[in-house]
Amino acid sequence: MLKKISFTVNGKALSLEIDIRESLLEVLRTRLGFTGVKKGCGVGECGACTVLIDGTPIDSCIYLAVWAEGKSITTIEGVASKDGELSKVQQAFVEEGAIQCGFCTPGLVLTTTALAESGKEYTREELKRELSGHFCRCTGYNNILKAAEKSLKPEEHQCACGHHGEK
Amino acid sequence: MAFSVVGKSVQRVDAVAKVTGKAKYTDDFYERDMLVGKILRSPYAHAKVKKIDVSKAKALPGVEAVLTYWDVPHLKFATAGHPYALDPSHRDKEDRFILTDKARFVGDAVAAVVATDELIAQQALQLIEVEYEVLEALTTPEKALGEGAPLIHEDCERNILAARGYHIGDVEASFAESDYVIEGEYETSIVQHCHLENHISYARQDSDGRIIIVSSTQIPHITRRIVAQALGLPWGRVRVLKPYIGGGFGNKQDVCVEPLNAAMTLAVGGRPVKLELSREECMIDTRTRHAFKFKMKTGVSKAGKLKGIQIEAISNTGAYASHGHSIAMSAGTKFRPLYAFESIKYDPVTVYTNLPAAGAMRGYGVPQIQFALESHIEDIVNKLGFDPIEFRRRNLAGVGYVDPLSKNKVYSNGLAECITKGKELIRWEEKQAGYSRQSGDRRRGLGLACFAYASGTHPVGLELSGARIVLNQDGSVQLQIGATEIGQGSDTVFAQMAAEVLGLPMDMVHVISTQDTDITPFDTGAYASRQTYIAGMAVKKAALEVKEKILNFVWGMTDIPAEMLDLKEQNVVYKHSGEVVLPLAEVAMHTYYDTVFAQPITSDTSNNARVNAMSFGVTFAEVEIDLKTGKIEVKEIFNVHDSGKIINPKLAEGQVHGGVSMGIGYALSEQMLFDEETGKPLNNNLLDYKLPTIMDTPDIGVAFVETEEPSGAFGVKSLGEPPAISPAPAIRNAVLAATGVKFNRLPMNPQRVFEKFKQAGLI
Repeated sequence: MLKKISFTVNGKALSLEIDIRESLLEVLRTRLGFTGVKKGCGVGECGACTVLIDGTPIDSCIYLAVWAEGKSITTIEGVASKDGELSKVQQAFVEEGAIQCGFCTPGLVLTTTALAESGKEYTREELKRELSGHFCRCTGYNNILKAAEKSLKPEEHQCACGHHGEK
Repeated sequence: MAFSVVGKSVQRVDAVAKVTGKAKYTDDFYERDMLVGKILRSPYAHAKVKKIDVSKAKALPGVEAVLTYWDVPHLKFATAGHPYALDPSHRDKEDRFILTDKARFVGDAVAAVVATDELIAQQALQLIEVEYEVLEALTTPEKALGEGAPLIHEDCERNILAARGYHIGDVEASFAESDYVIEGEYETSIVQHCHLENHISYARQDSDGRIIIVSSTQIPHITRRIVAQALGLPWGRVRVLKPYIGGGFGNKQDVCVEPLNAAMTLAVGGRPVKLELSREECMIDTRTRHAFKFKMKTGVSKAGKLKGIQIEAISNTGAYASHGHSIAMSAGTKFRPLYAFESIKYDPVTVYTNLPAAGAMRGYGVPQIQFALESHIEDIVNKLGFDPIEFRRRNLAGVGYVDPLSKNKVYSNGLAECITKGKELIRWEEKQAGYSRQSGDRRRGLGLACFAYASGTHPVGLELSGARIVLNQDGSVQLQIGATEIGQGSDTVFAQMAAEVLGLPMDMVHVISTQDTDITPFDTGAYASRQTYIAGMAVKKAALEVKEKILNFVWGMTDIPAEMLDLKEQNVVYKHSGEVVLPLAEVAMHTYYDTVFAQPITSDTSNNARVNAMSFGVTFAEVEIDLKTGKIEVKEIFNVHDSGKIINPKLAEGQVHGGVSMGIGYALSEQMLFDEETGKPLNNNLLDYKLPTIMDTPDIGVAFVETEEPSGAFGVKSLGEPPAISPAPAIRNAVLAATGVKFNRLPMNPQRVFEKFKQAGLI
């Protein structure tokens, strides 16, 4: 059965007819071409397909596309600015060496983005718990945690004087 | 020697592509009319296919083709990702058909469907009627070796794939001369790679009828050959492309889906067909790590000198050979440069069973044997009252060791320094003193374990790597390598090497990451921790050749002899003063457009390496054990590596983090479980298979002892696999130190630990 849904992806309003059995992952990847959304298990175990739905990280593989009606979706393609400037979270992942094969990266960047945008403070252990829905087999998570901590740190004072942070 | 790019933690060349979601993996090459392939899998571990009726499946609208054993070529092929051997006796065991008429494990592929979408394909599978003759399921090596056991492969007596061992010296004489002879038995589990991207490929025919396959593979050139062999085609009729890869760890050093995928496109007139394994399929029908059982017997002198060692090993290779014979050999080979044994007797037997096929996985047999050996050494040390660190140090083989069988010589060995560094980092002495008398439910302990590893496969296998460099008009270069980036960062270190030689910044070296067997230079692929060492030398050679051509061209332009010139910061400069002669970009323009002398500068070369550098390292671990729950927590862990010169410290550290994490999973939680009667997999998914999460992973300390390896470009040695080798035995030895209980079987998960503590009377 087909159903028409309207939703926003990366700030752009879209309407399309979908098969009601389709997952949001399938619609995003194969109909809309957002191939940055990765499929690692298809059953909500690995976190690779995470997107933000109204700001909340969700496994898009176990989220039916029909449920996205009226929602605002952010995929990894919508994280950097339009002119290609990386977000603070993306920059932190690059700088901290948190990327290896890159397959878990989009999901982790999106979850970290949600944490950063929440404005809350997290202890190391809390941060680990928040990120524990994402498997990564390459990095041993150490640099991912560093990147997440860097992403959540308030903006540092940086000026020509060469001092960083508080004096 | 001072380098300007090599040795620096430059940013990965693919970091931005990956962090923005632009990096294209196999499944991202979606085509609008792409068909979907699905596999019908045997529900029995061991069964003959008596009859298959596909008529109902074929009649389902949307089904384009149904394939069985009777529809595919009957050419037996081997799947292991090894270079082709001209000598037939060195080839891998050919024991596979594209689809089988005899199931050898639960999940073996007996038929396949091509349909317009996944759902129809799935429905069609259910309409295929198969009549099986069920045979006894041989789920353990003991059963498979048993008297009267049915044969899994008719040409392998007693289900033995291989049993090639060796003797060095006279181990019985060593035992006779020893003051102590100590024995131990050790066992490792079946684990799985769990790369985040499952096996996937898509295949089609081009307008000339050639088969084009895009695949998530570590070995594009080998895949091309094996697909052609399986289908009986000339090798040139197959073209393989490798885009970005979502991890491999050895599991994609095997040809798992591509031959069937090629057969599928041939069955539908060359239309594109995608063959993607689900996670559940990937965990049973790709490869696993071989489970080993070891019996070790070692002679030791009163002075604490290792004399002789006898090792019996049983390796469970599962239903198909894959790398099986080679992994047992690797296990018996790579530990030799570690300790100076005067005699070794190694007797392995690799056995077929009715379980998923085991193959290459990070460390290639060495995590298994090092778990046994380093546990065994610890047991010796404990029994005889030696210091575990000093005992190991005293027995190191060191620099100058010549392997009696391979004749390979060790030119650099920083293991003694690694041990010293690791001991300091974990504050061994200070902590040890505090842990000597513990009581209560929580106990702490320290342990260590060492390893040796190779860089590539020489002299067993061919070590050939190609590199091509083209100088562009703007003075930048394209770098093409046949070596395969799978996440480990090889593209970045190759770019660093080229940039170093050519005096370029990183952004002037454009690495072509996608491998295309029609275009990229020949290379055997990503395995054996070979690429930085073997392909790195090819890149260096190509860059030196381009440099020489540039300087000669400038000689022609300026009358300044090439010997007086050098390349620095995108300029041609005087070697002696650094004074700029010409900007490189200006020279490059002349190589393209000078109406008389134009000749674009390129290099296309390869490195056929007939050397092999040994890398070394050690893990130091501190654990805390909760006696009441059996939970082992790794409090601190340090891996210290001698991998020669480190080309990119940040990337190298990342390799160690990932390897240690894999080692911790191996030690504490991971194992694939099967029903012993039926061989059915019990936990082939990421929920029930206990892969470490971020919450299970401690801070991982990394340090390097940078030796200069003369046989490697810029002094490099292997690093990819080594970090995964020694964590498990180090953790095991720390648990022993804390509790006095020997865990000789992996994993040390809470259930097993709890039961063993009960047996030991600790709780």
